[in-house]
Amino acid sequence: MKWLSKTYIWVLMAFLYAPIGVLIFFSFNQSKSRSNFTGFTLDWYVKLFHNDLIMQSLINTLIVALASSIIATIIGTVAAVGLSGMRKWTKSIVMNITYLPVVNPEIVTGVSFMLLFVMAQGILRQINLDFEFGYITLILSHVTFNLPYVILNVLPKMRQMDKYVYEAALDLGCPPAKAFFKVVIPEIMPGILSGFLMSFTYSLDDFVISYFVSGATSQTLPITIYSMTRRKVSPEINAISAIIFVVVLAVLLLVNFHGAHKEKQSRREGARI
Amino acid sequence: MKTKYSSLFTLPYLIWSLIFIIVPMGLVVIFAFTTENGQFTLDYVSQVGEYTNVLVRSVWLAAIATVICLLIGYPLAFLMSRMPGFQQRTMLMLIMLPMWMNFLLRTYAWMTILEKNGLLNKLFGLFGLGPFDMINTQGAVVLGMVYNYLPFMILPLYSIMTKIDNRTIEAAQDLGANTKNVFLRIVIPLSMPGISTGITMVFVPSVSTFIISRMLGGGGNLLIGDLIDLQFLGNAYNPHLGSAISLVLMVLILLCMSILNQFNDDEDREGMLL
Repeated sequence: MKWLSKTYIWVLMAFLYAPIGVLIFFSFNQSKSRSNFTGFTLDWYVKLFHNDLIMQSLINTLIVALASSIIATIIGTVAAVGLSGMRKWTKSIVMNITYLPVVNPEIVTGVSFMLLFVMAQGILRQINLDFEFGYITLILSHVTFNLPYVILNVLPKMRQMDKYVYEAALDLGCPPAKAFFKVVIPEIMPGILSGFLMSFTYSLDDFVISYFVSGATSQTLPITIYSMTRRKVSPEINAISAIIFVVVLAVLLLVNFHGAHKEKQSRREGARI
Repeated sequence: MKTKYSSLFTLPYLIWSLIFIIVPMGLVVIFAFTTENGQFTLDYVSQVGEYTNVLVRSVWLAAIATVICLLIGYPLAFLMSRMPGFQQRTMLMLIMLPMWMNFLLRTYAWMTILEKNGLLNKLFGLFGLGPFDMINTQGAVVLGMVYNYLPFMILPLYSIMTKIDNRTIEAAQDLGANTKNVFLRIVIPLSMPGISTGITMVFVPSVSTFIISRMLGGGGNLLIGDLIDLQFLGNAYNPHLGSAISLVLMVLILLCMSILNQFNDDEDREGMLL
């Protein structure tokens, strides 16, 4: 039984990693072929960094991800603080709206944004205001699909928080605004941070929604990758895959190591008590 | 924290949701039921009927992919949940790592493997077999769905199975249950919420995908997603018909999910976040 489960795990891992391994392997291939390895080269990596289109789309991706996750974190955190004090039934109505973008198929969300922005273009044109599909539409839609993740991360922290600490601060003469920043925000900070990180990564990775709302001049990296896959041969994709793989691996190792370290620490503290 | 400002705090978010969630959804519904002149019509919704074969294909392929994911993922999730802590964390990381690669790259990888002159056909060639037509088939589309969404099945299953107490299983064994009965009467019923979350998380993106079918299915295996894309960004530009198809897709998914919800009344929404 033991060897059976071991083989099973190995076969599954091979299934998960073989395609990625193949991609990375052929990023070092001299010829453009995707099945004949003719010799080792780093040319595709050099070409990648000299490809203006790819570099520009990388910058676009980072701008959109950073802007949208910051805005979403601010609005979402404030909303979560308010939500935790709301009456049960109003809260459940708001939460149902919050879940809507999470459960809706991405393509429908993307299409609905496109309809909204086309309509907004029409209305604004009547008052002689013109805007193009681009950063604005991308950031607005990314904030929208990021908001649920911030709220769902901060809300549990609000629930865990001891509300008397805030009240104690007020009783001791602290003005509400100051108490909010000095007492509430530090308490829920872990939730805010994980909400922000989740938003940022979802935003970096998003293709479907960006595909419907990006303009010609503001392509994000996934959109550029998509247009590259439409061409028959483009070995730069392999190089991008290799780089993304290494970055993701590094981040995951870091988070995992940090998590394990923290767990050990808290266990040690628990033992002391 | 209850203050008199509570509702004031949520106000910016409520306004945001109104403009960017409620209004766009409303627009999809309005577009589906109106003509270009803004008159009410059922033409577009009934026109969706012409694409019944595409709808059926989408649901069928997505259902196959979901079942395969469940069959592959279930044993793995169970094995993972019984491992020692360090191994569990490592496995979790190994499963999440491909998930964080952009799905376009993952799908592109299979394109290069399944091609006519691709790696797999080359491998078969070594044994004097093939070449087989693997790309541009429905099988390739299902494979792409399984590969892309398998982690979405494993993670909720795993997180529910870590909560199953080993002593429950041991108790069943002590009372004379064999392996089959332990699984059928203890493990599977206890993991039901994970199963339904996993099914939703694989089925919804599978049934609405338009990239996997385009990259691995060629032109002949259009899915609902491709139809919608064609109406908005393709040659067949017609946002009214596109909205009608989107509406049908949403209703279809709601229907499938409400059927699933019959099986578990526990709302385990945390799994949705993974």
